[in-house]
Amino acid sequence: MRPSVGLATVKLLEQAGCRVEVPAAQVCCGQPAYNSGDFERARGIARSVIDAFDGFDYLVAPSGSCTGMIRVHYPHLFEDDPNWRARAMALSAHSFELTSFLADVLGVEQIPGPCVTRLTYHDSCSGLRELGVRAQPRRLLGSLPELELVERADAEVCCGFGGLFCVKYPEISIKMVSDKASAIEASGAELLAGGDLGCLLNIAGRLRRGGSTVRVFHVAEVLAGMTEGLGIGEGQG
Amino acid sequence: MAAASLFRQRAAAALADPTLQAALARAQDGFVAKRARALGALPELERMREEACTLKDHVLANLDRYLESYEAQVVRRGGQVHWAPTREDACRIVIEICQRAGARLIAKGKSMVSEEIGLNAALEGAGLEVIETDLGEYIVQLAKERPSHIIAPAVHKTREQIAELFQRHHGYRERLTGVAELVADARMVLRERFLSADVGITGANFLVAETGSNVIVTNEGNGDLTCTLPRVHIVTAGIEKVVPTLEDATALIRLLGRSATGQEMTSYTTFSSGPRRADDRDGPQEYHVVLVDNGRSEMLGNRFRPMLRCIRCGACLNHCPIYAAVGGHAYGAIYPGPMGSVLTPILFPGGTDADLPNVCTFNGRCQQVCPVKIPLPDLLREHREIQYQRGITPPRQRWALALWGALVRHPRLYQILTRWVVGALGLAGRRQGSFRYLPFLGNWTAGRDFPAPQGPTFQAIWRKQERTRRNG
Repeated sequence: MRPSVGLATVKLLEQAGCRVEVPAAQVCCGQPAYNSGDFERARGIARSVIDAFDGFDYLVAPSGSCTGMIRVHYPHLFEDDPNWRARAMALSAHSFELTSFLADVLGVEQIPGPCVTRLTYHDSCSGLRELGVRAQPRRLLGSLPELELVERADAEVCCGFGGLFCVKYPEISIKMVSDKASAIEASGAELLAGGDLGCLLNIAGRLRRGGSTVRVFHVAEVLAGMTEGLGIGEGQG
Repeated sequence: MAAASLFRQRAAAALADPTLQAALARAQDGFVAKRARALGALPELERMREEACTLKDHVLANLDRYLESYEAQVVRRGGQVHWAPTREDACRIVIEICQRAGARLIAKGKSMVSEEIGLNAALEGAGLEVIETDLGEYIVQLAKERPSHIIAPAVHKTREQIAELFQRHHGYRERLTGVAELVADARMVLRERFLSADVGITGANFLVAETGSNVIVTNEGNGDLTCTLPRVHIVTAGIEKVVPTLEDATALIRLLGRSATGQEMTSYTTFSSGPRRADDRDGPQEYHVVLVDNGRSEMLGNRFRPMLRCIRCGACLNHCPIYAAVGGHAYGAIYPGPMGSVLTPILFPGGTDADLPNVCTFNGRCQQVCPVKIPLPDLLREHREIQYQRGITPPRQRWALALWGALVRHPRLYQILTRWVVGALGLAGRRQGSFRYLPFLGNWTAGRDFPAPQGPTFQAIWRKQERTRRNG
């Protein structure tokens, strides 16, 4: 969908001194199957992900949702299988969402700018509640020179994406994302950043539909100084 | 295409109802802010939640023991305990008590378990008159509706709707408009009924094993009157309501009021333990407790046991964005919102919408605010697993999962295919940046654009860079 998020992630990690590899055998984390109640299929996918990331020091993903699946739910999936549970636990302990990895594990305090904008942040639910990602992206964004962070009262409210939810219950999902888009518009921010592409596609889609000029980027793109390019849903005109 | 489920029909109607939307928005904002203020003042909140969770788990692990000692204490104080395995049993027991007492009019305090067992309809079917004494519940009764919220039954109603209802039922020419006037009006009508009721029925917030006491928390004092004025007091309660000691009950009360309405304590906390004693100045002559199982024993032995910790505070409803969007009635169940969607398929097997466990984004806010740390999203997912196993999951979703699952097992093919699809979409959407309509994604594009992909996939760019690096 948006390779620039991956490229920004690599750039940030390399800036911080990491050697980055992208296993070719990796696929989706299996969350759609898991959340549909198809635990057997989810386990099968989880096994291939665990295999694909065997032997690395850390697994880092620019997504709270995928990381939450691996960190929190993989061990739960293998509760009755001691061998795979041990492997799932090991991977879980070494898996991090990007901003928490940068801030908590690597101790990055300063991100080289430049970025001048009024920015508001969307806390994606999985990152926020499953992984406790809240202060980390704000700390990193706050280190960008002259960036103004605008907080909103609805920051902890779901945007209505919810994986398959957004197409299974479109009316409710659209109501939720409309409320979210209105709150973002009302905040006076010029740019919305967040840590999960699913939520960002949903919110950007609603902002575009309503004719909003608020630009939408993944937090990795903002931190990597890539907001010169087109934001999510922006065309070449 | 199959007709929309009842849930979908009700949800669509709720979304299109501006009066309901206004009522919901106001209520949700109020509840969330009040709870945050009350709990923000408690630095020991996390420890309290942990202790409450441990306490409830301990009770559930020893439920038989605590229920027996509770029963012994009630009997010692001159009361009677009746065990009701099913809803029908519970209603039959209550009706028999009323008939033996020669009752005609029954005053009720708010009780969700009485809603669960369908008590009002059963009593009326037996020729008894029932009057709800909680203001919200009274409003709902006048409107011939069901509670849309477990602690605020009439939260879906606006003041204007209530004024209209009172005018019609109390037979006034003029319409009352102020909140204070409306409350005073209901109080006047209800006082009269309290004094003439033969039986008072209340629910229970806690049943105390060491004393045989029933604890209820209210804000209107109607619970007190229902317990003390009529000749007969009947408590209806789920078997999970028992706690070992008075101290345990107070520990949970500290969390209950704050989580529910943001109050440190509700206006009234009423303890009733048995019938009137020789030297008591008031109180009922008979005291009965009907303990309702209705699927709870089964939950005790399966993966849904944590749900029995629930103290019915309603915080999960108040923080649920789905509940906020569609309101309680859309669920078509006695218990709405997250806790309801976990409970309903268990308490009412076969009789409910398959939508309930699926109408959830797994945003997790319900679990975050739950005072007894019930993993509500996990329990909803367990219901989805049961639906998947039983073939209730819609065929389209199953096929999509199977197809996608097969692709995911072949990373090479997956990458080639995504490269094509994403590449084509990227090319098509390059100028506009987003699609106003996409086939197969009509549910997405109905109310929002679909942002166009950038074009190449990350894997493709990365492999190319790697090749250049190797060759260069």
